[in-house]
Parts: sequence; C-alpha cells; structure tokens
Amino acid sequence: MGSFQFFTKLDQTLLLGSRAKTIEELLAGIRSVPDSSIYFHTHRFLQQHHFLSPEPPNDFAYWVTNVLGDDALGERLWSVDTVRFNGIGALREKLIDVLENHLASTGRRIECVDGEEFHFMACRTFVLPTGYVAHSVAEFAEVVSKVSINSIYFHVFDAKLRLKTGENDFSRWFRDQGKTALANESKRLDPYSYTLDGLRRQLVALVKKYDSH
Amino acid sequence: MIRIDDYIPIVGEATIEELGLLATRLRGKTVQHINSTAVGGGVAEILSRMIPLLRELGVNALWDVIKGDEKFFATTKKFHNGLHGVSVEIGADEYEHFLEVNRYNAKQLNFADIVFVHDPQPVALVEERAALGKNWVWRCHIDFSRPDPEIWRFLKQFIMRYEAAVFSAPAFSRRLSIPQVLIAPSIDPLSDKNKELDEKTIDAVFARFGIDRTRAVVTQISRFDFLKDPLGVIKAYKLAKEHVDMQLVLAGGGATDDPEGPVIMEQVKAEAEKDKDIFVLFLPPASDLEINALQRGSTVILQKSLREGFGLTVSEALWKGKPTIAGAVGGIPLQIAHKYSGILTHTIEGTAQWIKQLIGAPEFARRLGANGKEHILNNFLITRHIKDYLLLFLSLYNEGDVVYL
Repeated sequence: MGSFQFFTKLDQTLLLGSRAKTIEELLAGIRSVPDSSIYFHTHRFLQQHHFLSPEPPNDFAYWVTNVLGDDALGERLWSVDTVRFNGIGALREKLIDVLENHLASTGRRIECVDGEEFHFMACRTFVLPTGYVAHSVAEFAEVVSKVSINSIYFHVFDAKLRLKTGENDFSRWFRDQGKTALANESKRLDPYSYTLDGLRRQLVALVKKYDSH
Repeated sequence: MIRIDDYIPIVGEATIEELGLLATRLRGKTVQHINSTAVGGGVAEILSRMIPLLRELGVNALWDVIKGDEKFFATTKKFHNGLHGVSVEIGADEYEHFLEVNRYNAKQLNFADIVFVHDPQPVALVEERAALGKNWVWRCHIDFSRPDPEIWRFLKQFIMRYEAAVFSAPAFSRRLSIPQVLIAPSIDPLSDKNKELDEKTIDAVFARFGIDRTRAVVTQISRFDFLKDPLGVIKAYKLAKEHVDMQLVLAGGGATDDPEGPVIMEQVKAEAEKDKDIFVLFLPPASDLEINALQRGSTVILQKSLREGFGLTVSEALWKGKPTIAGAVGGIPLQIAHKYSGILTHTIEGTAQWIKQLIGAPEFARRLGANGKEHILNNFLITRHIKDYLLLFLSLYNEGDVVYL
C-alpha cells in the first residue's frame, strides 16, 4: 500500500546519420537501428504534437504518406496498433512485416526527392523524480492534474513499452491500492487514442468515478 | 532583466520546474561556451539570452569569445560560404593561419569542466583536449547538408576529437563515429521580435509603411537573397492576385553575401515599381518591433526559401498564430507538418494556390495558425532549448538509453 512517486522524463534526440530515400532503404533501416530509434519514431509525433490531434501517425507512416505519396502503405503503417505491443522488438517485427509484404506485392518503386529523405533518429531518456507524491487515490487525482505532460507520458508509455513492466505504472499502483476496477479500466485505456492532455483528463475522470465508489 | 519565472505564464510551471530539476544535477560543474562574436548573429543573440537564464537556474555558465585578425575571419567566411555550397578556394597558408589563431586563443583561455564550442571558427581548440581532458562538445549552427569536400575534410579531423557534435536539423548530420545530437534553435517569446503587441502598435507600423490593414496582406520577412526567392514570391503573388485581392510585403535587411544579391534586389525593386500593392521594405538591423508588427498584422506569411539553414522566421510567424506557407527545405519541415500546422510547398504555382486558399478559407487558415502556435510552444521556444542544453551536458556524465538521475 505504498505511495505513488511521480517521475518525469526528458528526451535527448540523437541523429544516427543514416537516411532512406525508398521503401527498401526504410526497411533496411528499421531492421538495423537500435530499439530507441523504433521507439522514437513511433512516439515522437505523439509527444511533439500532443495538442494537435489524437491520431498516432508514426514517423514512418507520415513519411510514406506525405513524401512518397503512398496512401495505402501509409495507412497500413499508421494502423500498426502500438498499444498491443509489450516490447519494441515485437513492434519492430510488425513494421518489417508490413514493409516486406508491401514490397512483395508490388513492383512499383518510388524514390523521394532530394532533401526529403527519412532521417533515422533515436532518443536517450533521462528519468528523474518530480518530488510529487500521492498517498491516496484522491491525492493521485490532484497531482496528476498538475504534473508535467512528460510525467504522464513516462508512467503510461515508457513504463509499459520500453521498460517492459507489462502495464502502465498508474494501473499497477491502483491494483496495489485494492482499486481493481479502476486498475482494469485504466489498463484498458488506449493512450494512443488521446492527445496527452486528453489522456490526463481521462485519467482524472476515471479516478474520480471509482474513488467515490 | 528577463527572469526564468517570466516564462511560467507561457510554458507552465511544470516545465520550469523540470529545468530546475535538471540544473540541480549539474551543480559543481562549469559550462563554458566559446564562439567568435560577442554581438551580432544568431549565436551571440541566443547566448546573450540563454546564459543569464542558465545562471539563474544555478548552472555555472561562462561565455568566452575567441580573438582573430582580418585574415582569420576572411578564411572562416570562406569556410561558411563553402559549407553552404558556394565555390571557394582556400590556400594552405590560410588553413595554417586558422590553426595558429586557434592555438593562440587556446593559450589565452582557461577551459572549464564542459567546453561547448560553437561553429567552425574555434573548432580547433579541441587540440587541447588530449593534454587537458575535460568534456568537449561541438555545436554546428549552420547548414551542413552539402559541405565543400575539402573544407569538410579539414574540419572533420577536429570534429572527430569532440565527445559529441550537435546539429540543428537531421539533414545536417553526417556519418560520424561520435554521437550526434539534434538541438533545434529557438525563439524567445519575450523578445521584441516575438512579444505580444497591442493592435494600436500594429496599426501604427502598417500606417507608417502605407499598407492597408483592411485588405489581405501576404508577407515574407527575409534577406533579399536568391536563396529566399523573393522573385518567386512576386510571381506567386501575381498568380494568386488574378483571383483574390491582396497586398504583398517583402521586408528584410539588405545585407547579403550572395554575389547575385544586388541583381536580385534591382529586379525586386523593378517589380515593385510596377505594382502599388507590392511593398519592398529595407529594414535596418534594429527593426525587431517592426518585424513583429508586420508578422502579427499579416493575413498569410510566406517563407518561400529555396535553401534554408533552419528558417526561424517560420517559428516566429507560427508563434503569432499566423497561417504560414513555406518551402520544404532545411529545418522548415521540422516546424511545419503539412496541412496540420502550416503549408509546405515546392513550386511557385503551388505557393500561389495555397495563398488563394488560405485567404479564401479563413477558418482553415486560423486552425493552421493555432496548431502552428501550439507546435512552437511545445518545441521551439527558448525553454526547450535550455532543456536540450542541460540534457546535453548531463549526457556527458551518463551512459545508456535510459538514464536515471
């Protein structure tokens, strides 16, 4: 029945110096880049555009659609359902699968114009305590409405997918508090379907709903 | 003096708290910025704003400027032009003099724990690293996407001796054996160029230049330089004006190193003389408030560059919530997600079409501007830049993909 310590995370963006002009080169890159690159390109949009739209257009889908102009492949990459994966390895395999199937099904080869190449990047994540602590579910609702968006991001996205804790930190803590229904419902949330501020509001609403029970 | 807390109403308390958390992890370390100019130019501008804020956060930040003679700066100017794709010839004596000046400066300087070297001019100071140790990082502020091979070979021997290199856009990164970090430049929302202005001030600036605010105004703020394509802007304006009423403002400094600059300027002036709705404004260096007002009072902002370093004028326009049409070059695609937070174009005709559409669909234009402003708020303000610098310094002392501080 411990308290919940809110951590935050801040990312440093690394340039890998490799780029792709075609689908083949994109596939080769996805096969060889480190996990932190796959993570970066499937989550950057969400973090940089968190007020813009709840869509989760990963960088690969965005580039294939907007630069190469291949809407169908872009949609297939867009619909890779990140929330279903518990690790980067499996997510990478799914992306490879989509690209390999595409290349096997068409002889069409498109090369992007100069200057619009896909640049592979990665991130280093720095995690540090915010100093905010919740000792009860009621306190949790209060804190979660004021911590930085990076803190929510860390406990929901990084914890599950990158640090492989299986579920997000919030639902795990609710379970420890004996709030099983709240834990289950917050675990079931598809965080990729919300903007980050929308996700914050959703969490607060869920906690209020169950804490009054 | 601007204080770090002055940014809280803009970016929120949590963001400033996070900067404080990072800064405490750097206690006891001294960070020394080294560049080649104390005033003028983007690097000096950002350092003069950032260093007091770093100090306020508790980071011991220093700033040293190297000294050089005319021959040294003539050589580094050639480096600059050569790195931007202009054909230049640099003699062996010029390379040698460049090294002598760097070595002279190295003797005069006391190096701190973290030596943060900006741009090519002081790059060879790193020769001292073998003897002194310390943590050395090199920051490139210029477009490195197509460097002159000979200059690149010369600079690379020094760059490779740093612990990390920092670039402003992904396209500028090279295949290097040292880590490369992406740190985009930023704008300061509290500077004269970007702070909020009241309508009266904006009206006064427009009235002074004789521009009618009751009609649509399309504006490009930039140097009169071939790479900013002012003639292409005029062509796009003329095409669009066949269908929609508007005025065009081309405003910026006249200074340019482009040998074709004067020719372009004459052509721009000649075009403007034929059309009373084209306003060509040659602004002196201290015109930040005027630029701010021109951007805020415009209907649509253009940045139709053919090549671009980062193109911070795009961030300036978006920060003011302005629908912006810009060339998809350099760092501009980092600032605009096409049709979400602005419009990216490749041609004069495409630019003309979008000018018409944004003037004709003000609600769509307003949404682009609002999204653009949010994007700049989250990614291109000075507070994000400070965060990136703090992470860079911390990364010199910590390894791994995930670092617990």
